[in-house]
Amino acid sequence: MSLDPATVRRIARLARIRVEEAQLVPLGHELSGILNWIEQLNEVNIDGVEPLTGAANMALRLRPDVVSDGGDVEGVLANAPDRAGSFYAVPKVVE
Amino acid sequence: MSYAIEGRTGPWEIVVGLEVHAQAITKSKLFSGAPTAFGAEPNSQVSFVDAAFPGMLPVLNQEAVAQAVRTGLGLNAQINLVSRFDRKNYFYADLPSGYQISQYEHPIVGAGQIEIQLADGTTRQIGVTRLHLEQDAGKSLHDQHPTKSYIDLNRAGVPLMEIVSEPDIRSPEEAGAYVRKLRSILRYLGTCDGNMEEGSLRADVNVSVRKHGEPYRTRCEIKNVNSVRFVMLAIEAEAKRQIEVWEGGGTVEQETRLFDPNRGETRSMRSKEDAHDYRYFPDPDLLPVVLDEAWVAELKAALPELPDAKQARFIGDFGLSPYDAAVLVAERATADYYEAAAAGRDPKQAANWVTGDLFALLNRTGRTIEDSPVSAAALGALLGLIADNTISGKIAKQVFDIMAETGEGPAAIVEARGLRQVTDTSAIDAAVDAVLAANPDKVADYKAGKDKMFGFFVGQVMKAMAGKGNPGLVNAALKARIG
Repeated sequence: MSLDPATVRRIARLARIRVEEAQLVPLGHELSGILNWIEQLNEVNIDGVEPLTGAANMALRLRPDVVSDGGDVEGVLANAPDRAGSFYAVPKVVE
Repeated sequence: MSYAIEGRTGPWEIVVGLEVHAQAITKSKLFSGAPTAFGAEPNSQVSFVDAAFPGMLPVLNQEAVAQAVRTGLGLNAQINLVSRFDRKNYFYADLPSGYQISQYEHPIVGAGQIEIQLADGTTRQIGVTRLHLEQDAGKSLHDQHPTKSYIDLNRAGVPLMEIVSEPDIRSPEEAGAYVRKLRSILRYLGTCDGNMEEGSLRADVNVSVRKHGEPYRTRCEIKNVNSVRFVMLAIEAEAKRQIEVWEGGGTVEQETRLFDPNRGETRSMRSKEDAHDYRYFPDPDLLPVVLDEAWVAELKAALPELPDAKQARFIGDFGLSPYDAAVLVAERATADYYEAAAAGRDPKQAANWVTGDLFALLNRTGRTIEDSPVSAAALGALLGLIADNTISGKIAKQVFDIMAETGEGPAAIVEARGLRQVTDTSAIDAAVDAVLAANPDKVADYKAGKDKMFGFFVGQVMKAMAGKGNPGLVNAALKARIG
């Protein structure tokens, strides 16, 4: 599998990562290398094998429906670059 | 008669599928212990999990799972004993983690169906494709500051059940009936309060149009429509827009649109070509959800009677018309009120009183059935007074109004105000004689063949008796005198 520059640009935009034009081709080679390496797994025959969801055979733990958190506006906003009262403030998102 | 919109090139059929987001009733969020209550101080109901602080891990709320299963059972849908959470990736300021935890390939509930009833009395089955659990995002306020948007994460992480219909809906009326019926089922189940004003129930509407017999054409999705009426208006407006595009020689582009209720039209929301590329993948923080079959059976056994079953029972056991039964079962509180008032009384008469006088009273006073000025027990007692001939149906209306105003019981009102029906035949005979004696000319008219005069005499006798004469006895006494 080989990634062309247009695909690399699109992946980068979806991930909100800025990539300079000159980087598109070399990055495409690098990503293709990773994909090709992973795709070797497709050679293994897994017919009739259950999907493995973890190394330990565990079930998902559920919690009872109890309120045990919240009420910490200052803690939640502590790392906010900007705030207005109890709100986060961000550059205007225009629809 | 099927619905169609007439275009310049002939009739167009509309094809609609709905994605309804229903907030599951829980105390705490889907993956955190922060509360879900509506209307709290901004960011006061947020855990570090909801705000996506690094290293925070989601832990699934068992009650949210139970609510999804109950809803699935209520929709006669398949319950998937193994389901999985995926990450839906997109960037928006009110989604702090950059992804929404949702269920993509393996939802907790599979195919089911909802029966809708239309105004002409027909019913239709609308397929439900699936129901899955997902987190809500936060709320953005764009109008508080000229250059900034404000973000409140109180809703972030609130559990939503997304209920997706098949594209089986063919008219705005069917879409409205579908949302109302779904809302009714959710409220019966107690899995969602169905409050559209507070956003606990909202719909994304997929609309396309086609000529009869064609395969589906391109659809557009109208996001976040928050009332039944707007769902119906948005479908009509969007269908007309698409017909104009097609008939003008253009092509409808798949896109997300918003409905503007003030202008009665939809407008494009975002035209990014990659808007739908969410790059879903299994959430590595969460193992698959595995349900115990016995637990599902337990939830099923505890389900309440649902509107369809209740309506069938009201028709079968009480002899109500399908229409009256549908009106009474739409809200569980109304059905409960009706059953309490009708217990041991004439069920049809009780239905007439609830859908007639009681609904009119609630409308007039702006009250709901939960805080009705006349309780179900009091209305039942009033019906009892009619049944045992203590009062006539006409006097009962008067008593009902006094009950609503004063809160007194019907028996006390009848006694205190002397409204007891007169069944003493000698008193009735006396009143009849007096009326006939006072109107010899009308008696002559009647005997000459003016049958309508009989009603006049009944009215006069009742008037003379202040409305308290037993109507049957008054009729009989008149018949005996003038035949």
